[in-house]
Amino acid sequence: MPIVTRNGFAPVPPADFHPPEAAAALRAAAIDLPNDADPERLAPHFDRIALIRIPFPVFADGRGFSLARRLRDLGYRGRLRAAGHLIADQFRLALACGFDEVEIDDALAARQPEHLWRAETGPDPRARLRGRAAG
Amino acid sequence: MYRHDEFDQAFLRARIERFRDQVARRLSGALTEEEFRPLRLQNGVYLQLHAYMLRVAIPYGTLNSAQMRRLADIAERWDRGYGHFTTRQNIQFNWPRLQDIPDILEALAEVGMHAIQTSGNCVRNVTADHLAGAAADEIEDPRPTAELLRQWSTDHPEFAFLPRKFKIAVSGAPRDRAVTRAHDIGLRMIRDGVGQPGYEVSVGGGLGRTPVVGQVIRDFLPKAHLLPYVEAILRVYNLHGRRDNKHKARIKILMLERGIEALRAEVEAEFARQMAAEGGPAVIPDPAVVARIEAAFAPPPLVPATGPAEAYETARRSDPVFRAWTDTNVLPHRVPGHAIATVTLKAPGAAPGDATAEQMRVLADLARCFSHDELRVSHEQNIVLPHVRLDDLPAIHAVLRRHGLATANAGLIGDVIACPGLDYCALATARSIPIAQEIGRRFADPELQRAIGEMRIKISGCINACGHHHVGTIGILGLEKAGRENYQITLGGDHGENLTLGERAGPGFDAEEVVPAIERLIRAYLELRSGPEESFLAAYRRLGMAPFKAALYGATEGRHAA
Repeated sequence: MPIVTRNGFAPVPPADFHPPEAAAALRAAAIDLPNDADPERLAPHFDRIALIRIPFPVFADGRGFSLARRLRDLGYRGRLRAAGHLIADQFRLALACGFDEVEIDDALAARQPEHLWRAETGPDPRARLRGRAAG
Repeated sequence: MYRHDEFDQAFLRARIERFRDQVARRLSGALTEEEFRPLRLQNGVYLQLHAYMLRVAIPYGTLNSAQMRRLADIAERWDRGYGHFTTRQNIQFNWPRLQDIPDILEALAEVGMHAIQTSGNCVRNVTADHLAGAAADEIEDPRPTAELLRQWSTDHPEFAFLPRKFKIAVSGAPRDRAVTRAHDIGLRMIRDGVGQPGYEVSVGGGLGRTPVVGQVIRDFLPKAHLLPYVEAILRVYNLHGRRDNKHKARIKILMLERGIEALRAEVEAEFARQMAAEGGPAVIPDPAVVARIEAAFAPPPLVPATGPAEAYETARRSDPVFRAWTDTNVLPHRVPGHAIATVTLKAPGAAPGDATAEQMRVLADLARCFSHDELRVSHEQNIVLPHVRLDDLPAIHAVLRRHGLATANAGLIGDVIACPGLDYCALATARSIPIAQEIGRRFADPELQRAIGEMRIKISGCINACGHHHVGTIGILGLEKAGRENYQITLGGDHGENLTLGERAGPGFDAEEVVPAIERLIRAYLELRSGPEESFLAAYRRLGMAPFKAALYGATEGRHAA
């Protein structure tokens, strides 16, 4: 079970994941946030959370991308992980939505090896709109 | 018009390379067919009934002569010598080979064109009024808005895997020629109390198997808030749109299930959150960038006429064929001495929206010589020359005539809209094109067409309604019934600013009975109307369904029990 970051594949670091309701009572917690959850409920506890993991049941279910953006808009600064079925082509999208890393299973890692998980986005149309296009 | 700059070119090159790589990984097995499918679709490549189909974007329906000429080249080199202009202002090539598609995309990129997001569960190619920048009633050109939305939505990382497709249309005039209320988001330019331009935003419109007229979610949105507000709608949809059933996945279902008030509250809350986000909203564009886009759509340097258009008036007096064409196919331009000319791709017996490579080149030449190098594709599957001098119309008409493009039927019964139907489409349940061709032949007589007056016949070959049958004056929906093609007729639809869904008249007709049924309807209308100035739609609104139903079923009542 590798984890994919901007630096490539690495083993998944051990962590005990808790449901969102547990966040209030924990410190440096790892939270499993269902992809239909309301992230606003977590906002008061952001400073007690070190890692939030959002599931992708199938790669075509893009809810996690919006959930990540919402968490970042709400001010969450901890680590954000997408887990489940994402394909290598979605890695750059996940990063652009505020994820730091993706957790995939061994079969997918074998079929889509490390070099396919490319972080660079290329020319970004929205950066250009903001007047910050690098080209 | 907007021209691709270095950024757009670099973006397209990177995108094509990525797609080449994705095709290679599909072939190597690194991508499964299921994983490859959305990537292929978001690059415009469908798998159809007989072959792959490539749908090329024509953003807001505007293109120049070099682009039209390139479409002709592609039709000849990689297809069968023709292309099909669609109801979403795009063009489809029906016979390319998969392995040729990256090369076709490169040929398109050379003239600033692409096939990005013409399919798939993403924000699709944005459409706009095909008379933008030329119509006399315009508040503001809608294309800078559409181009802003194009740039914002292109490769948007958050919205590439939505529950379902998402369509946006923009109208800049009180007369809605972009069918905005039939889109997931419809934007109509309006002015507020102090004259500032902004948008009335509607949401949840769509045709398809559950036709819904969009509802207003925001009465007035200042122009500067467009992108954060649209982003808020998309985010709410992406998080809450249904993913359990493909047929209930459009935003219209979310709107119907929650109600417009609840949806509005969620969108406004999301919008407020974005405006309050640290560092401001993610997508407020730089005013200099917006100004550059607006400048790209500056009107062409048309010289207002000071006197009468002599050559035009003389030709109208001496040539009744020319006069008939100008009566139906020419609209007033905002600049005196100029006009907007519609070239209908609807000659009697033709497949609606189809153009040969030769015809495309003729249109490109006419645009270059007479229309400031601009062409438009309308959602009615016609081509528009938006900026022509009245005095050039006789010469334009003569060229069109030589190439079978001077059919004088814009807005008349021969100007039929039809989807590709079962002749091409994998989803279709019946053929559309042969019905359109038969209508074209039966009503070929120009005098008869003019006598019938304004009439929008729209034909879809399945309930997905690509032919917009719900909003046709007469709508025809092709279904399959017990192994036979069967066609339902709806009446009273209206694609204008008072978007109205047609009413189903009754049981369907077999293929060979459809056009006779249309003839009975037309005969009944001609007898029932209060005078030649009362259109079919007006007569239908005055009289209701009953007399038309009698005309349709009177002679054959009881034969069908659907």
